[in-house]
Amino acid sequence: MRNPERPHVVIRGVTKRFQVGDGAVEALGRIDVTIATGAFVCLIGASGCGKSTLLRIVAGFEEPTTGEVLVDAKPVTAPGSDRGMVFQDYALFPWMTVRQNIGFGPRQRQLPRKEVDDIADEFVRLVGLESAANRYPSQLSGGMKQRVAIARVLANNANILLMDEPFGALDALTREQLQRELLQIWSRTRVTVVFVTHSVEEAALLADRVLVMSAGPGRIESDINVDLPRPREVSSPEFNAVRRELARRLTSHMASARARVDELT
Amino acid sequence: MSEQVTALPDATSHSIPQAPSPVRRRSRLAEKARAIALGAGFPLVLILLWDRAVALTGTRLVPSPRQVAVMMYDFSFGGVYDDAFSATILTHIWKSMTRVYGGFFLAALIGIPLGLMIGRIRVLRQLLDPTINLLRPIPVTAWLPLSMIFFGLGPNAAIFLVFLGAFYPILLNTMFGVRSVDMRLFEAAAMLGCSGPAMFRQIVFPASLPAIFNGLRIAHGFAWILIVVGEMTGVPTGLGSVIMDGRTLSRTDLVVTGMIVIGVCGFVTDRIIVVISNRVLQWSPQHHA
Repeated sequence: MRNPERPHVVIRGVTKRFQVGDGAVEALGRIDVTIATGAFVCLIGASGCGKSTLLRIVAGFEEPTTGEVLVDAKPVTAPGSDRGMVFQDYALFPWMTVRQNIGFGPRQRQLPRKEVDDIADEFVRLVGLESAANRYPSQLSGGMKQRVAIARVLANNANILLMDEPFGALDALTREQLQRELLQIWSRTRVTVVFVTHSVEEAALLADRVLVMSAGPGRIESDINVDLPRPREVSSPEFNAVRRELARRLTSHMASARARVDELT
Repeated sequence: MSEQVTALPDATSHSIPQAPSPVRRRSRLAEKARAIALGAGFPLVLILLWDRAVALTGTRLVPSPRQVAVMMYDFSFGGVYDDAFSATILTHIWKSMTRVYGGFFLAALIGIPLGLMIGRIRVLRQLLDPTINLLRPIPVTAWLPLSMIFFGLGPNAAIFLVFLGAFYPILLNTMFGVRSVDMRLFEAAAMLGCSGPAMFRQIVFPASLPAIFNGLRIAHGFAWILIVVGEMTGVPTGLGSVIMDGRTLSRTDLVVTGMIVIGVCGFVTDRIIVVISNRVLQWSPQHHA
């Protein structure tokens, strides 16, 4: 946490109900979280706990049923280029090359062509895709696609990266590689990262702070600061202690959530 | 079809940086030659069967391949019959093409933007979708009397009929293309600062292009099919009118000649559309026809 005194994202009293058929499903209970500028926050929880919904509300893709989200003290009403979403399934524009995908945001700002090209090239380099800059997404591996997705939002001056299980579809080796690269990018660009995952290991490796969510309706059960030094050594006893602690919290919440459901039925 | 099969070894050779072995290149060439031989061989067999059938039955109502070939020669170069049809092929092809492509491009010009808007704007879909589905099953031939009243005798009625036939496949495929665009792409574009009309131009249109090209290709086939109907509206030139004249004059060699010319024109122009769409859609791995 670099600037704990300056909040970047404030989630205040956010709830979310979805209308499903005749009934309503309560996806999020009351969520109150403040995220500091430059923090790396992981949202972790079982599937269906509303962690993706919360991320989409911060992104401005969904409106909260009650409550509000403030980014830099301004309420979120719509998607904006300050908050860059990185989707699990990449959502790259398949008809654009890598360079065109990355230059898409700057192009929307009506910058001169030369400037758009320079920005695109800079961020192609940032994610190490120089040799693939003119390829189409269909010609890239999953890891390369996710690099493009990250570069695309950073090139558009996003200072919050919202990542929805971004490495979930990748093989283990690629995932480790991208986790390392993400940490490098994070320490270089000082962006705030909100990272949704269901992997305890991933959360322990990446986050300053882990929010453990539970389902039915989604709420934040634990808020854990992880102050292991970086780079983190996954085989160290300290790392294992953090991982065990996260796993314990996660499973106990899952068990209690199941008990609640059992009581109801 | 054959390109799709050969695309597989291509894809693997991307990941393994290795020059294709001469053996594999030769077998790919052989595969291509085989595909051409099979594709061209079948019509030759059909012509042979046609020739035998005419000879065996002794019919005088159906022309033999030889008679059609002579007619085709005269139609192209003259010097055999020297009648009203001799050496007029280019005029007829040209006239028919102006009607086919007049109707086709008009259909694309209206169908693509309308399809994009109906696909994306709910109120427009609610307003127009029932009407479209009501009008769509009406055969183009049923419009023939009305189109002659609206446009009189002449090329405009033909263009209108071709337009009607080409319009629905373009419209429906465009609508379908827009409806099936991954919602994430709209979200991604919105978060990157794209909105309003820019969204149409930069996201909706290119994302729907594979479906639009499918529609264009189907519509283009219909446009050639409809040229005969279109040219029933009393135009003096065009391949459809040649066939109609052949019918009136009981000259079946002329009828079959007109049929073959339409077939060849449709085939060649379809290949051109495929080449264009493969070029425009080179980003789309699914779309190599």
